[in-house]
Amino acid sequence: MSEPALAVRDVVAGYVPEVDILRGVGLEVREREIVTVLGPNGAGKSTLMKTIAGLVPVRSGSIRMFGEDLVDVPAHRMVSRGLAYVPQTGNVFARLSVQENLEIGAAARGARDGFEEDLDRMYQLFPRLAERRRQAAGTLSGGERQMVAVARALMSRPRVLMLDEPSAGLSPLLVGIVFAKVREVRELGLTILVVEQNARAALAISDRGYVLAEGRDRIEGDAQALLENPEVGELYLGARRALA
Amino acid sequence: MIQYFADGIIAGATIALGAIGLTLTYNILRFANFAHGEFLTFGAYFALLFAGFFASAQTIGPLTFGWGFLVAVAAALVLTALLALVLDRLLFRPLRRSDVIVTLVIASFGASLMLRNVVVFLWGSRPEYYSRNIAVSSEILPGVRMSADELFVVALTAALMLALHLFLTRTSLGRSMRAVSDDPSLARVAGIDVQAVIRWTWIIGAGLAAVAGILFGLTVQISSEMGFNLILPMFAAAILGGIGSIYGAVLGGLIIGLAQEMSVPLIGAAYKPAVAFLLMFAILLVYPKGILGDRT
Repeated sequence: MSEPALAVRDVVAGYVPEVDILRGVGLEVREREIVTVLGPNGAGKSTLMKTIAGLVPVRSGSIRMFGEDLVDVPAHRMVSRGLAYVPQTGNVFARLSVQENLEIGAAARGARDGFEEDLDRMYQLFPRLAERRRQAAGTLSGGERQMVAVARALMSRPRVLMLDEPSAGLSPLLVGIVFAKVREVRELGLTILVVEQNARAALAISDRGYVLAEGRDRIEGDAQALLENPEVGELYLGARRALA
Repeated sequence: MIQYFADGIIAGATIALGAIGLTLTYNILRFANFAHGEFLTFGAYFALLFAGFFASAQTIGPLTFGWGFLVAVAAALVLTALLALVLDRLLFRPLRRSDVIVTLVIASFGASLMLRNVVVFLWGSRPEYYSRNIAVSSEILPGVRMSADELFVVALTAALMLALHLFLTRTSLGRSMRAVSDDPSLARVAGIDVQAVIRWTWIIGAGLAAVAGILFGLTVQISSEMGFNLILPMFAAAILGGIGSIYGAVLGGLIIGLAQEMSVPLIGAAYKPAVAFLLMFAILLVYPKGILGDRT
């Protein structure tokens, strides 16, 4: 079997010494899979992404992308290694134009070949952005900003894309559109790891999922199986229990 | 009155060039660097030093200096940028880890005092001039007298600002600098080497400060106190224009320069600095973000 696109094993990590947010997380994403990480607030979902992206120091455990060790790679070198990360908030350069945001994504790759083609592809994928290419990204709507953020990440031609709550703050209609786009993006040949609060929408487009709680991975399974798992409802949506 | 307007443009050019560096470092490093004024002072004295080496008897046209002086300007710019990098490495970078902004501001105050005393130690406290030649003013417009040196100051400032604008909007490094000033942590995950961008910020900010100091020395005089005297008008300009905004700093510099000079016939030269502050307070009360705040 080939190396998994992303393999996280027994990772312990935290922002400040002595306080561990991740207390032994493991997960695996195979090439061209979409995997969703679910979990209640404070479970460490965002921290997991930041840790993989090199923003949070890893105390123990390993993170490998296609077999290559990512621990100790500085955050700004991750993009050239083929890992793109879209944070949940503040994920566009508000004072730069849409096009400049995309140029920054491309610049991280190092080479400039194929830039125009990539740009055209992004504007095909997100036609709204083509209309607004000269506009400052900060003046766009929440959904459009999310598109800029994803397009910026894709411009670096990543092999693995990490999305932190792409549906946060969007209307239900836009949530559907964003997740449909995520599936389209996978068709470009990418492997995608998503962190989501919106469990149903995310699992609907995912192959597999993990449930994180208190800094550990608790449940792992196929997306469909997770959707039907009563324990997932319990861990993920405390309120659901009362309804059920 | 129109003569005071012209004087205001010249004073404003110096303040604007200095304020650009101040606003750049504020925006990217998130602290008010009070030692920035000393970059002007050091720039002026470095140029004085090199002007001695490259002294040429021949002056360019009606200017009071020759080609050798321009070489001295370039050399002073490089040395001042180097000074800023050393200061950052030894002082500001270790303190940045602490995350307490006040520490940085106080440290910059200390650095300012120390650097000012180094200047006195090295060059003495007597004011200096680049040239003993008299800058002859002639009437360039009805009612406006300017010397060739003063025209040179205005032209060089305009050229530098245009160059900076092109750099920030047309080059990859300029775009990265704007990205880092927008959001340093996003810049990092977007693949930008933030440390390298910080180094370039110092180089450009201190380089422009050096030029500002030299131009001040050319039109007024060189002294160990010049940077300290200019730091407050520069802050006023940066805040007035909207701190973080480069175009705001330019505009703020011109407004402060004009307000200071044009107040001279009304209240006398001694109260010039007060005018800058009154204006700053007034603008802050009306537009707390400055005129061009929240835009680049």
